[in-house]
Amino acid sequence: MSTTTDQPEVSFDTEPSAYRHWKIDVDGEIAQLRLDIDEAGGIVPGYELKMNSYDLGVDIELYDATQRLRFEHPEVRAVVLTSAKDRNFCAGANIRMLAQSSHPWKVNFCKFTNETRNGIEDATANSGQTWIAALNGTAAGGGYEMALACEQILLIDDNSSAVSLPEVPLLGVLPGTGGLTRVIDKRRVRKDRADVFATRSEGVRGKQAVEWRLVDEVIPKRQWDEAVAERAAAAAGRSTRPAGAQGITLPPLQREVTADGIRYQHVEARFEREQGLVEITVFGPEGDVPDTVERVHELGAGFWPLAMTRELDDLILRLRTNELELGTWIVRTKGDVEDALAFERVIAEHSRDDWLVNEIRHYFKRVLKRLDVTSRSLIALIEPGSCFAGALLELALACDRQYMLEGFMEEDSQEGEPAQLVLSESNFGAFPMSNGLSRLGSRFYGDDDTVAKLRQETGRRIEAVEAMELGLVTDAPDDIDWEDEIRIMLEERASLSPDALTGMEANHRFVGPETMESRIFSRLTAWQNWIFVRPNASGPDGALRRYGTGRKADFDRKRV
Amino acid sequence: MSIDYSEKIPNNVDLAGDRKLQRALESWQPNFLTWWKTMGPAVPTEDVYLRTAVAVGREGWAHFDHVAMEEYRWGVFLAERNSDRRIAFGEQKGEPVWQQVPGEYRADLQRLIVIQGDTEPASVEQQRRLGETAPSLYDLRNLFQVNVEEGRHLWAMVYLLHAYFGRNGREEAEALLQRNSGDLDSPRILGAFNEETPDWLSFFMFTYFTDRDGKYQLGTLKESAFDPLSRTCEFMLKEEAHHMFVGTTGVDRVVARAAELMREHDTDEIAPHGGIPLDVVQKYINFHYSVSLDLFGSEQSTNAANYFTAGLKGRWQEERRKDDHVLTDDAARIQLVRDGQLTSDEVPALLALNHDLQSEYVSDCESGLKRWNRVLEKAGVGRRLTLPHVGFNRHVGVFSGHHITPSGQLVGEDAWEAKRDAWLPTEADKTHVRTLMRPVYEPGKIAGWIAPPTHGINDKPFDYEYVHFP
Repeated sequence: MSTTTDQPEVSFDTEPSAYRHWKIDVDGEIAQLRLDIDEAGGIVPGYELKMNSYDLGVDIELYDATQRLRFEHPEVRAVVLTSAKDRNFCAGANIRMLAQSSHPWKVNFCKFTNETRNGIEDATANSGQTWIAALNGTAAGGGYEMALACEQILLIDDNSSAVSLPEVPLLGVLPGTGGLTRVIDKRRVRKDRADVFATRSEGVRGKQAVEWRLVDEVIPKRQWDEAVAERAAAAAGRSTRPAGAQGITLPPLQREVTADGIRYQHVEARFEREQGLVEITVFGPEGDVPDTVERVHELGAGFWPLAMTRELDDLILRLRTNELELGTWIVRTKGDVEDALAFERVIAEHSRDDWLVNEIRHYFKRVLKRLDVTSRSLIALIEPGSCFAGALLELALACDRQYMLEGFMEEDSQEGEPAQLVLSESNFGAFPMSNGLSRLGSRFYGDDDTVAKLRQETGRRIEAVEAMELGLVTDAPDDIDWEDEIRIMLEERASLSPDALTGMEANHRFVGPETMESRIFSRLTAWQNWIFVRPNASGPDGALRRYGTGRKADFDRKRV
Repeated sequence: MSIDYSEKIPNNVDLAGDRKLQRALESWQPNFLTWWKTMGPAVPTEDVYLRTAVAVGREGWAHFDHVAMEEYRWGVFLAERNSDRRIAFGEQKGEPVWQQVPGEYRADLQRLIVIQGDTEPASVEQQRRLGETAPSLYDLRNLFQVNVEEGRHLWAMVYLLHAYFGRNGREEAEALLQRNSGDLDSPRILGAFNEETPDWLSFFMFTYFTDRDGKYQLGTLKESAFDPLSRTCEFMLKEEAHHMFVGTTGVDRVVARAAELMREHDTDEIAPHGGIPLDVVQKYINFHYSVSLDLFGSEQSTNAANYFTAGLKGRWQEERRKDDHVLTDDAARIQLVRDGQLTSDEVPALLALNHDLQSEYVSDCESGLKRWNRVLEKAGVGRRLTLPHVGFNRHVGVFSGHHITPSGQLVGEDAWEAKRDAWLPTEADKTHVRTLMRPVYEPGKIAGWIAPPTHGINDKPFDYEYVHFP
């Protein structure tokens, strides 16, 4: 078993020329993304990635590809997801990898892959990049789940290629990347058929797969290439992407990693290992606000909102994967409130008509969603010199608690201004959570009057006492109390059960309606994580550990 | 309002240099004074000969003067800090003690302090009307001394809440003034502190038995790894000793007077002669002792075990104990009732910590009984007073729900109830005691049911004018 201590540090850096498992070919409006897994290319030793099966390393490349297609290839209007291997699309997550992995590794792996699949759907829905799964061979388990994230699923009709979710019958676990949810929610497969499908290890092929709505179309082998090209062209034709758009380049992130933290240009994390926490600071914009959208394109990845979002995304992923024992994240911002609002206005003004600005907004939305499903205690500290304004205020609202200093710290000079919050239109729906609500809408769920009242406060600087009255912060201690209140609160937090906290926070963060996306995290993932720790899956005689040994799993037959 | 801190509030916690404390106390102090005026002693006085703590040293602690009670200088004192002090017990034994509240234990420590703090003003409230029937100026003065010191103990707990528990602590400090003894809507936390102290015999019993429980609780908190709590309690223990003295000598004098009347009239039935019969004294002992035992909580307690393991609350004289101070492998024997029999059982020592403290308390209580019996012996009276069995009249812990006689027989409910009036004060007993309660405010004079003290306060004679009336 791998443990957190012998787990290698995971990096999420990659780019197409470094891919080991994917081939990306852009031809005009159509991109082909072909899975071609290097069996010997596992991210950790101990298993071979046979049958086009994947691990975290494969998914890191897939995530990179989804991002580059959106930012570097605005000309792409349809993405064909297929396999470079003959008669085998993808066998899903590698079983030996799962069997040897620690529980946190499995959970993190599933969370990240889920986020990437949600990102694929987001590209289809919001970027005019329609993803089409072209299953040129069998898609099993996670392989079929990858296809489910696409808008259309085409299956080759060769009398042997099938789609299947064999996790339950073969492995004693669930299809953990949204399979069960998408089959019924998105593809509207009848529940009894879904039940048969998810317990039949060989899956379903041919006409039945279409009849059961598991795929959209089966295509004979002879017509395969042509049909796939046609479907892609048709999808591209429906795209809203502008013609002649020039992509921007996403250069490698510059970061300095030390034992005590990670420093990027606009984001910084300092580790306080003894206290089990990390202090994250997001720095507000520097330099001139672009006066035209052309200037935004010129700046490209250097445009502060995008640069900051990329860094924050990378930081969240690294902390989640590599720093399991830093259980509390303190979130601060630092910068000028006016500048933050000025940059935000650029986003708000152009996100409708400029593809890049639109991409940036959706990217920030996805990163905020990552924060929402992060199993760490998130605490926002709002101090003088911070810039929780508009979009950046979402960072605070994503946190489990918000503490705002009233007035100044005694030792500070009394110059400058006390801590302030500013609401903007962005806080009322521009960055929805997975439940479809804004963070304010979630915070004041069922209380539309308050939300409406807050809407009238947009643009105004709100200081601590008022923020407290408006319900925007948890507490607003003054300089006399601040240090003690914060210290005691953090120490108290650190003494609580990490598992109970994860469960509690996940429950509190998502109120109200469920969406397919929220159900994947709240229901599917929660059940999966329970099953993962049960002996029937991960015990020495459990199905996951016995898979491929020639021996049958020995189940504890009690239903729980 | 502004306060001249060092003058108005004697302290050794650098109040003048601590803005946080100042602010907290500035809003709390007026409320405290209002509380004192409405819930404190009901008898109006001009001034009282009181001891005021002005420093922690020997002399500073025993500063006597006539002061108007509402101008009493309630101070904040902690015993001197020992900078090498280390945690003496529990999981973190040997580590340096804490000068700040660790967040992990905030809730538990705050709860312990609030419960302790709640008892302090409660007893003032319970005793507020007693001054109206004081048997002498000397006793009236002692009552007021106990009252102002309970008030100071409240200050001590409030100091800890203010200095170390932030906003939450301030709210709890406020609530200490909002709960009132016997209040139907907002009573004091512990049941025993919601009963009025109706007469002086009850007052002496209370200061002997119930304040003694307080002494033992303070003793366990004095061991706490949270150093400011430890140092606060150490200083409070010195004052608590005076309250115990009031109880011990009070009962002494009731017993002495009873013996005197018994000899004078050659009868045990001294009620008609204006005395308190020894039977009644015994019943008061039975009642107050058993109620005070309940304050220790259940003999078997996981809370106490958790507090010990965490270092929050030690054992009585922890550092003098000869064991590993961790107790995870130790066992203790406790008495209990099983299958209709009084028997004993071995349980993990950690779970028996309340029992351990209670046992220390019981042997301490016995010393008072010896003393009172010596008074009887010297007076040539054959009758002796006794402590009832620990299981007698218990409503908390392993004996609750069982019926145990003062001599330790387990009997049925009917048998027990049939003898209740022989063991516990009856309405008639209480009425008799109450009829004796007439104020005697003339210097040097004393009520007929109690003997005068052998010494005055601070070497003053008994007929000294300890209290001036307006």
